[in-house]
Amino acid sequence: MRTAAHNRNAVNAAREITLAQLDGSQRQGRWKGPAFEAVLLTAIFVAILTLLAVILWALTAGWERLDLNLLRNMPSGMASRLGESGMQSAIIGTFYVMVGLIVTVVPLGVSAAIYLEEFADHDTWYVRIIEINLRNLAAVPSIVFGILGLAFFYRGGLSLGSVVYTGSLTLTMLVLPTVIVTAREAIRAVPPSIRHASMGMGATKWRTIWHQVLPSSIPGIVTGTILALSRAIGEAAPLIMIGAATFVGWNPDGPFEGSFTVLPVQIFFWSAQANTDFHILAAAGVIVLLGMLLMMNSFAIWLRNRFTREW
Amino acid sequence: MNRTAFRRAAVPGIAALALALTACGGSGGTDADVPEGLSGEIKIDGSSTVTPHTIPAAELFFEATGGSVKVPVATSGTGGGFAKFCAGETDISMASRPIKQDEADICAANGIEYVQLGISNDGLAVAINNDNDWATCFTVDELNAFWADGSTVSTWQDVNPEWPAEEVRLFGPGHDSGTFDFFTEVVNGESGNINTGYTDIGEDDNAAIEGVAGSVGAMSFVPLSYVLESGGKVQAAAIENSSGECVEPSLETVRDGSYEPLGRQLFIYPSGSALERDEVKAFIEFYVANQEEIALEAKLIPLTDEQVAEVESRVAELTAS
Repeated sequence: MRTAAHNRNAVNAAREITLAQLDGSQRQGRWKGPAFEAVLLTAIFVAILTLLAVILWALTAGWERLDLNLLRNMPSGMASRLGESGMQSAIIGTFYVMVGLIVTVVPLGVSAAIYLEEFADHDTWYVRIIEINLRNLAAVPSIVFGILGLAFFYRGGLSLGSVVYTGSLTLTMLVLPTVIVTAREAIRAVPPSIRHASMGMGATKWRTIWHQVLPSSIPGIVTGTILALSRAIGEAAPLIMIGAATFVGWNPDGPFEGSFTVLPVQIFFWSAQANTDFHILAAAGVIVLLGMLLMMNSFAIWLRNRFTREW
Repeated sequence: MNRTAFRRAAVPGIAALALALTACGGSGGTDADVPEGLSGEIKIDGSSTVTPHTIPAAELFFEATGGSVKVPVATSGTGGGFAKFCAGETDISMASRPIKQDEADICAANGIEYVQLGISNDGLAVAINNDNDWATCFTVDELNAFWADGSTVSTWQDVNPEWPAEEVRLFGPGHDSGTFDFFTEVVNGESGNINTGYTDIGEDDNAAIEGVAGSVGAMSFVPLSYVLESGGKVQAAAIENSSGECVEPSLETVRDGSYEPLGRQLFIYPSGSALERDEVKAFIEFYVANQEEIALEAKLIPLTDEQVAEVESRVAELTAS
């Protein structure tokens, strides 16, 4: 506790000095501070403007179909029904795929991260290869994971066919590196003093990790999971590869049976139709997708705040 | 009668919809000829041109069977669809061109038997910019000069000296597309023969419309429905047919066959093993019997009476055996 207070004092002092310098109390490079700030502001502005443009476009283009039928009804391909067509099967499909993804990717990713941080010997060649691979995997285009999913989950090894869990597994491969890397950062950020204290009290390594390290790194792990899910929820290409359908007029039977569809595939298909009424639905779908993403992330942030500790 | 059934079914709410359909079950809607007690799942994959046609069929059949036969429709393109079909992974494949020899060979190697059924008509439109007032009628040879592999055409004048020196920009679908195969075969003499300088827009034909609308010298080939539904963003050029007449593509000229050689039939390919299942037989019968209403719902071109008679006799043969 003492050290924490000292640290905080030191940080505050450093911040004051930096602020004083940026303030321009120094004669040299007086313009650099404001210029830097302007660059940073522009960067934020560009990011926010892009998001706003997407939301505005989708709202305008999809406005006439942003109603409850969207949630209540199944998709329709019939011109006479487009006014009532919904996307329930795609919403539920997306939800199922995401749940399957979370229950698979979090245990896998966190276990891998714990091994790499707490157990692995970083001097051995195989650990190095694993680390290099992890970093490269994060940059592989998503369609490649679609092909992998088709070869090993849809056909081949698991032969699950085109079901919800095939989608979850394919997306798991896609975002696993993100989860591992962020979980490692989170585990590394737990102060060694905590581990030492726990071991000093006679706890085993397993107990130290389970009762001290893991709970303390939950906020970081959750942040990584948010990033991973946000990427996965918008993927269409790998799921089309493993046979996510463009028309499913019922909700998925379960994780291992029956065909399914997800919002991005539905949106992609609708936006590619000749009949422009479908484009309104596609735009409305974008809003629904953003809404789902927002709800998912809000829950994750709530979870993160619950577990945040201060050292 | 059928039209009334459609309208009644458009009541919002899944439960209400099911109720409405049960209610018109007796009054002779589209479900009149569907036997009772069917169940199962019929997997369909394939052409993005045939997909909008198959979805209303799948949707109505699902309702006609009271939700016990599910017909999921996926869209991997004609080639992608046959790849899955010939691996035995789907029951019916949708195609905007007849099956190719190498695909048929794979099907044969895997013991997959199939039949080809023409399910609707489609015209392939040559889309040009609205400001293009010179290309009033293309001959197939002229199209070939633009699109063939090794074409050196860079301005319109290179093809026809009467045309302006406007720069040519070509947009077209990707190699997995049946539309691509069909056009290249008819215009360039060989499926897959293409001017390598064209812009590949994948399976999204609207992108081709946008591309053509964006530059005066642009040209593309897309299913006719995309031009008709674009709300006048682009125009469809007339093509000189084999009797030397310039014919513009329209629902009528495609259906009566005067728009050629770019008029075509769209197909479904049920597999032999799928046809042994009662629900697949019933679905095929349903699809063919209601093809006109379905085509109208999908804004595609229904079969002619002759074509209907031909397909119906095929289906009768198949379901009898």
